Amino acid sequence: MGPSERIGAKRLVVGAHYGIGDFMIQRVTAVILATYTVVLFVGILMMPGFTYEAWRGVFTFSLGGFPLGQLLATLAFFSLGWHAYIGVRDIWMDYVKPTGIRLGLQVLTVLWLAGSVVYFVVILWGA
Amino acid sequence: MSDRAAKRRPQFRNINVWQLVNYRLPLAGILSILHRISGALLFLALPTVILPLFAMSFTSEQGFAALGAVTGMIITKLILLVLLWGFLHHFCAGIRYLALDLHHGLDKHSAKKSAGVVFGVSLALTLVFGLKLFGAF
Repeated sequence: MGPSERIGAKRLVVGAHYGIGDFMIQRVTAVILATYTVVLFVGILMMPGFTYEAWRGVFTFSLGGFPLGQLLATLAFFSLGWHAYIGVRDIWMDYVKPTGIRLGLQVLTVLWLAGSVVYFVVILWGA
Repeated sequence: MSDRAAKRRPQFRNINVWQLVNYRLPLAGILSILHRISGALLFLALPTVILPLFAMSFTSEQGFAALGAVTGMIITKLILLVLLWGFLHHFCAGIRYLALDLHHGLDKHSAKKSAGVVFGVSLALTLVFGLKLFGAF
């Protein structure tokens, strides 16, 4: 690194606000998830009876032929994956100091969550 | 000031696991670590418990009908109760953190009070949904 990237004796400035980006994403996805929780809860309360059709309808309701329920559920689940990635990554960053182990755990976290998102999408949009 | 030396308060620097036993977290601190633990719990349960149960209930009418046999088992009920608490704690504590991020209730007194409110609300909701889960009503 060149001397222009150094500020003071110890501080090294790299990137630009990456941390605040994740900070914001974690909070924005939190608001999305909290909102969708309320949507789900109202949907469940509005079920005419606890039947299979009514249960599916909570996630698959449509608005004028547009699959609004599935779309909202999918967007909420993407938010969940991103939210959980940042949260779990923060846990590794706080407690796991060896770089190699931390990287391995972060990769496993991504696979775990990406797998969950794919699994959910297949359940929701599958036959 | 003269009795400063007499009252040697314990000091915790670079706290390690064995010191945790003697370290009394404030209420907001307990809420904070439980926010992290509940989040980790939900992360682990997502593809192992939550999604399989959702798949079963959602994919076929037979699966939906068979759900009662699975959730009827006491072990399933206990797992779901823990996850229920985890979700409700994470949800309520998360709303408190969003408020704190907007600089609402940052002072010591209100922060302690809101932590108490979060515990009250999340545990009460866990009790209500838990009773529903165990078929009390």
